[in-house]
Amino acid sequence: MTQDTGAADLTSPLAPMTAGGSDQAASGGRLRKAAARSIAWLQAGPMMLVFALFFLLPLVLVIIVSAWDYNEYEMIPAFSLRGYTDTFEGCISGLPELCTILKTYLKTLKLCLLTWGLTLFIGFWVAYFLAFHVRSKTWQIVLSLLCTIPFWTSNVIRMIAWIPLLGRNGLVNQGLIGSGLTTQPIEWLLFSEFSVVLALVHLFTFFMVVPIFNSMIRIDKRLIEAAYDAGASGWQTLVNIVIPLSKPGIVIGSIFVITIVMGDFITVGVMGGQQIASAGKIIESRLSALQFPAAAANAVILLGITILIISALTRIVDVRKEL
Amino acid sequence: MTDRTKKKTISRRTLLKGAAGVAGLAAGSGTLLGAPYVHAADAKVLRYLGTAVNEGDEISKKCLADTGIKIEYITATTDDVTKRVITQPNSFDVLDTEYFSLKKLVPSGNIFPLDAKKIKEFDNITPVFTKGELPNGKKIGGQGTAPWKVLYLDGANSKTFSATPTEYITLIPTVYNADTLGIRPDLIKRPISSWAELLNPEFKGKASILNIPSIGIMDAALVVEATGQYKYGDKGNMTRAEIDLTMKVLTEAKKAGQFRAFWKDFNESVNLMASGETVIQSMWSPAVTKVRSMGIPCIFQPLKEGYRSWASGFCVSKAVAGGPKLDWAYEFVNWYLSGWAGAYLNRQGYYSAVLSTAKANMSADEWGYWMEGKPAQADIKAPDGTVLEKAGAVRDGGSYDDRMGAVVCWNAVMDENDYMVRKWNEFIAA
Repeated sequence: MTQDTGAADLTSPLAPMTAGGSDQAASGGRLRKAAARSIAWLQAGPMMLVFALFFLLPLVLVIIVSAWDYNEYEMIPAFSLRGYTDTFEGCISGLPELCTILKTYLKTLKLCLLTWGLTLFIGFWVAYFLAFHVRSKTWQIVLSLLCTIPFWTSNVIRMIAWIPLLGRNGLVNQGLIGSGLTTQPIEWLLFSEFSVVLALVHLFTFFMVVPIFNSMIRIDKRLIEAAYDAGASGWQTLVNIVIPLSKPGIVIGSIFVITIVMGDFITVGVMGGQQIASAGKIIESRLSALQFPAAAANAVILLGITILIISALTRIVDVRKEL
Repeated sequence: MTDRTKKKTISRRTLLKGAAGVAGLAAGSGTLLGAPYVHAADAKVLRYLGTAVNEGDEISKKCLADTGIKIEYITATTDDVTKRVITQPNSFDVLDTEYFSLKKLVPSGNIFPLDAKKIKEFDNITPVFTKGELPNGKKIGGQGTAPWKVLYLDGANSKTFSATPTEYITLIPTVYNADTLGIRPDLIKRPISSWAELLNPEFKGKASILNIPSIGIMDAALVVEATGQYKYGDKGNMTRAEIDLTMKVLTEAKKAGQFRAFWKDFNESVNLMASGETVIQSMWSPAVTKVRSMGIPCIFQPLKEGYRSWASGFCVSKAVAGGPKLDWAYEFVNWYLSGWAGAYLNRQGYYSAVLSTAKANMSADEWGYWMEGKPAQADIKAPDGTVLEKAGAVRDGGSYDDRMGAVVCWNAVMDENDYMVRKWNEFIAA
């Protein structure tokens, strides 16, 4: 919306020029269109350049390198699909046992799905509270800033801090044993899929809250009043008005969370005690061993799968149209 | 013909004259414009790439005070240090790294060997590095990437290791140690004497190993040998069949829930042990000391199968070769081996490469405790002054000779490294 008005403002100086004669109106209109288009390109230009230089070019390089050969200490610029074939090693010969890469991706997808579901649920209600129950703008800002608290410390410190809470002799276990609920400390609280999902949800709910809140705040309050006046129950209002109108926020938040979790290996590593496989972990261990082409091949595979998920999501909701 | 030769010699002679003139001018300007020269001497800066283990603030402060060389630390994990040398050789001057990474670094041509003749204390470096034996002549285990196998190069720009001593040194030795399992005696409540205990189901969910594939697999190999399942030709350079066997043992242990977590960072290992998450894990000496200084019992347990050792040293980036920084690097390395830093390292539970100079910088009691396995006469203090051990304490594993003499293998990079990394990913996914 704001972009459109911006473009109109910029094209307006052209108006007197084309308004010269009525016989020139047709060609003037074409000229005006062409000028508007070139100005649109100019406006998009700097961003395009940045994208091309810092996103597309490195991506192309990664794809090229993924098809190179390598030895212990260097990449060899000769065509080889070793990075890919090694990655899918045992996928056919090892049947019915699943191969490493399939097992890894199934695990990553499982963690991703759990995190996505939980962040969506929590994020939605936090955003709902902020948008509809907090009246003052100041408090809305203050409370959304509170959501950033998990980001105030470094990743590693944040994760080490879970040990005194969830560990074998941690607060939770001491509380449970103290209250007589269990006699043995619960082991799966830490270094397990549970703790990985917990940490991911703790970190990334914020990425759900912001876009959903943004969508909700734009919902015309009169729509909700109208629904109320027409006798809709709270649930009906939610399902028929709030959720459909928050869809763009939900999809954008989902894209954030899914792309981050698919590529995450630090949280999965530290909270999973380095014993839970993730797609990012494979890339990291290849990089550590200086096997760059193999790492690049795995990165290309991860990118492909993530793009598939995102395009499926955008099929469900056309974000561009909704915005 | 003769004419031409004559002309040539003349021209060469004039050239030499000219060169001498320029050199004289340069030398003259140095004395005439004294100020900038002094200024340049003030700004002797070396970018020092290494892991956090050796990068103490006290060392750089003392070095600046003694030599005027300002050390700028670039800290990275072991893997990232190697990665940086391979991909950005111009981003550092002095490199502090482990011997096992040389198999990757030397063929890359990105590091420059130092000249043994310019290292004052080179002849006093412990024979552990040069000959693979203790100062008393006892041979020590050489499986894996033992330093003496990769200490010498054929020439200054050579990419091949020399089996016989040459003056071209890949890494000037600085620090090393013998690693073993750390245990919590208060939670285990019985003596531990073998590597086999690491995978003993008794410690299910309470064991840990180092999350560096090439080192983790060696710890597993020590367990395999200790349980008598298999005897390796070289634990640090396995065949594919041996890798499969070892990873199978590790995978079974993992599936049975033997490991609580793998650690990669010094503080992680301290946290795991101090919180009681693990009671037995591969560990580093200062990490054990740190747990103990928190008031929690922890032992760096000597085991009958012996120690897995590691060693590190200094070299420079090839970008430094020929410039003034090379001279500063020699000055820095010579300072490092001159005793103060060695004593500092010894007091952390590591060993310094030149024992004689370190000894001169330590008290007799300190030397007795850390190096000779004698009971401490007074409280043993860390370099920062905190009390590490009360009087009467004896170092775990005893003396230098007892500990280094029982080394069986060294941290390594295998020939089958690529295969091993793939198997490690498979193990993590299992």
